[in-house]
Amino acid sequence: MNTELRDDNNEFFDILREIANIGAGNATTSLAQMLNTKVDMKVPMVKLMDFKDVGDAMGGEEQIMAGVYLMVEGDITGSIMFLLEKESASKLVNILMGRDSDNTEFGEIEESALKEIGNIIAASYLNSLSTLTNLSIYPSVPALCIDMAAAILSVPAIEFGTMCDKLLLIQSQFSEGLNGYFILVPDVDSYDKILKSLGIG
Amino acid sequence: MSEIYKVGMADLKVCKAPEGLTTLGLGSCVGIALRDPVTKVGGLAHVMLPDSTKIKQNSNIYKFADTGIDELIKQISLIGGRKDRLVAKIAGGANMFKFAGTNPNSVTVGESNVLATKEKLQSLKIPILAEDTGNNYGRTVVFYPESGDFLIKSVGKPDKTI
Repeated sequence: MNTELRDDNNEFFDILREIANIGAGNATTSLAQMLNTKVDMKVPMVKLMDFKDVGDAMGGEEQIMAGVYLMVEGDITGSIMFLLEKESASKLVNILMGRDSDNTEFGEIEESALKEIGNIIAASYLNSLSTLTNLSIYPSVPALCIDMAAAILSVPAIEFGTMCDKLLLIQSQFSEGLNGYFILVPDVDSYDKILKSLGIG
Repeated sequence: MSEIYKVGMADLKVCKAPEGLTTLGLGSCVGIALRDPVTKVGGLAHVMLPDSTKIKQNSNIYKFADTGIDELIKQISLIGGRKDRLVAKIAGGANMFKFAGTNPNSVTVGESNVLATKEKLQSLKIPILAEDTGNNYGRTVVFYPESGDFLIKSVGKPDKTI
């Protein structure tokens, strides 16, 4: 690994932040089109965190969230996760299925709908990353989990833990009544590829 | 109510009764609680990966089942626990995401974490009194070295004490 993951590597973080901005921007647009409403996105955060702080990253360890997780394959490898607070996940599914907003049950149909939402927006995130870098990037089929935030986040954290002692979190938050995040976790070798494809590093 | 200390991911802490230890939202990671029933001191480790010898980036000893347990025992002995009296309870090692089309017989990260934890404890002759491992849901655990109670909380399930 040539690129050192350090807090003070500002240029590197700026680039990742910009990638996240474009990727999440596209994903948010897809989401807005699906819902036929305006969805705001906050400026993405790029954070190098100790594993012990990971649980606190989004609204507390025990916050119940729905996570749609996709493996990333192709020229770069890693994973991408789309996380929503559970209330927001219900709301999203209800809007899409044209139902009353008081329906909060999560059955097979709701889970399937949520996976598909995750699939579409993760794909638009990765598409823009692919266009930007000219690298081939394919998402796997999505998997869904509704549980405590820390338990969900342990999965990408473990994956990153095999390569690094800290977790590099590229996190974009969107709002407008929907609280959710995208997390991109590229494998360490993939950072070099992304940077090289952009003529840096 | 006495103090309950929080243990993060790839982290460990020790304490004396009546204090307690907790770790929130264990997913595929494993929570290992060790206790000396005589002096009522104990410790809780939250490990992420099974084996430090199979990974190059292994400077964080708290991250692995093997080195994490060694360190946990070391720290417990510093506050008055004796290694030959230690007993263990473990929880976690879930498989949070089930991908369609994956081989149902393949070993998940959670399973290999649990297996490595058991092997390590066995090699140190530390008996495992109880466990709540595997499945597909997260667990918050609270450990009380006073009684040895290991409280497990999961979403949509009744609390249980092992």
